[in-house]
Amino acid sequence: MSTTTITKSAAADQAAPAPAKARRRGGRGLAGTLTSHGLLVLASLIALFPIVWLVFLSLGPDKDDYLHPGRIWSTMTLDNYSFVLQETNFFDWLKSTLIVSLGTTVIGVMIAATTGYAVSRMRFPGYKKFMWVLLCTQMFPIAVLIVPMYQILSELRLIDTYLGLILVYCSTAVPYCAWLLKGYFDTIPFEIDEAGRVDGLSPFGTFFRLILPLARPGLAVAAFYSFITAFGEVAFATTFLLDDEKYTFAVGLQSFVSEHDAQRNLMAATAVLIAIPVSAFFYLVQKNLVTGLTAGGTKG
Amino acid sequence: MTVAIDRATGKRSGDRGPRSGLGRRLKNSYQRYWYAYAMITPVILVLGALVLYPLAYGFYLTLTDADSLNSARTIGVNEIEATYKFIGFDNYADILWGETAYDRFWSHFIWTVFWTAACVALHYSLGLGLALLLNQKLRGRTFYRLILILPWAVPTFTTVFGWRFMLADSGLINSGLDFLGLPTPAWLEDTFWQRFAAIMVNTWCGVPFMMLSLLGGLQSIDSTLYEAAEMDGASRWQQFRYVTLPGLRTVSSTVILLGVIWTFNQFAIIFLLFGNTAPDAQILVTWAYQLGFGQQPREFAESAAYGILLLGILIVFTSFYRRWLNRDEQAAI
Repeated sequence: MSTTTITKSAAADQAAPAPAKARRRGGRGLAGTLTSHGLLVLASLIALFPIVWLVFLSLGPDKDDYLHPGRIWSTMTLDNYSFVLQETNFFDWLKSTLIVSLGTTVIGVMIAATTGYAVSRMRFPGYKKFMWVLLCTQMFPIAVLIVPMYQILSELRLIDTYLGLILVYCSTAVPYCAWLLKGYFDTIPFEIDEAGRVDGLSPFGTFFRLILPLARPGLAVAAFYSFITAFGEVAFATTFLLDDEKYTFAVGLQSFVSEHDAQRNLMAATAVLIAIPVSAFFYLVQKNLVTGLTAGGTKG
Repeated sequence: MTVAIDRATGKRSGDRGPRSGLGRRLKNSYQRYWYAYAMITPVILVLGALVLYPLAYGFYLTLTDADSLNSARTIGVNEIEATYKFIGFDNYADILWGETAYDRFWSHFIWTVFWTAACVALHYSLGLGLALLLNQKLRGRTFYRLILILPWAVPTFTTVFGWRFMLADSGLINSGLDFLGLPTPAWLEDTFWQRFAAIMVNTWCGVPFMMLSLLGGLQSIDSTLYEAAEMDGASRWQQFRYVTLPGLRTVSSTVILLGVIWTFNQFAIIFLLFGNTAPDAQILVTWAYQLGFGQQPREFAESAAYGILLLGILIVFTSFYRRWLNRDEQAAI
């Protein structure tokens, strides 16, 4: 918009909408504030309710209590939790989940870091094609890789092993981290690289000695992202893990209902046990997560 | 010591300086760029081994009639060699215009497109609405924000089960509707309501991410723009239309693209909500999975062909989307 139009329309509007403007200046007025609060309370209830409900059901002793929630009030108990922790494979699942997720995270971040730096700082021939490939791998539907992966892993006898699953997850985690880290490296001033090079560091030296320490928050975001993606992945884990002691949580949780006799109360308790630490951790990093992801995208 | 450090922020075409002669460029190329290539080598190796090779292998499988009965497999101690044979593009032809192509592919295709469009539209509009509400000076907005993130913070595979309990035949939602004297649909059995429920659950899961991204975008808009607009006597709607929306443009285009890709590929929600019980509510991704792993015999070749088709659809969409964004940008300047 050019300056002339601004002044012109300002002059034209000086007379009429003065009262409305005055009200807006001082805030939204009582009705506006109440509406905002009302909408936000409603949205919060919708956001909160399914989770609260899951917690509530986890306290009911019977597997059909989800159909008669009224009963739970009088029979509330923590038995489901002690049963899940003592009698099921909960800790085996925890172990598998941690091995697979942490393995993916470590490999993903380590391999992706230099690449993120290279695509952030250097315009080499083939740069655009490479960025395009990175973007494309983010949109691979699981259906594209799951059949060939299954065949390849079964030939290598890696079905039902942690390594197999980690390798599969790396196919998404590595390009994902590279993309994310590029966004983060872009925010580190280029002057730092130049200073490093003036002082006689090689590009590798600049990267390892100067940039990597500065990029710790970015690395943490990439690590956390690959961790939760591996943690929550359902399709590959369901297909490639066969032994119920090696299940990750995403698969283990299904095993409560896929059996003929669905143990919904135990399932609810397990779901709550999984969700609490993950969401607690999530809250600590949530602000960085969004900026990390959208920065990687907008500057791509 | 020459390293190509480019201070350009974007990657529009022509952001490299004027080109020198061809011979010299070739000669210098290796020296100039070997650092860059060395740095991206690990990712290239991983992508090659874990993505491109399986992709090529998968494409080869789509040209065969592989299923779980003729693939190489081990039964006890006996190893059975693969016996599938090459059949060319028959799988694709069969999927796209074979006898029951509509029931198997096109009906799912239409539903997938509708699902993606509806979910992303709902994600974006609800997310923007909540972001606008949270961007005001309001008591307790940090508290609201923390609660509203919850659906994103809790792992999807746990909350979907919470929804399943609520949507069950005489679960909470139907009891509530019954109490109010409203009809009680069979959420998990009837096709229309299955689709409705799937969109509802996915919307619930996807709004927080949109909300947070757009909130970040809103906060980065310079407040003097609003002051200027207000001085001009712009109405609330005009401020929204001419200041807020253009200010959100970069964030919007990214989150919409991500949203489309994620929703199109959304596996967990539909798979966990319905399992194998809802053939008509399956989107293409879950349908392909069901062909390959949810039935006997497992149709590996057909499932892989679906996968390749899906990837094709997404790549075409993304290319057009980016081109459309770029053209739009030039028009705006």
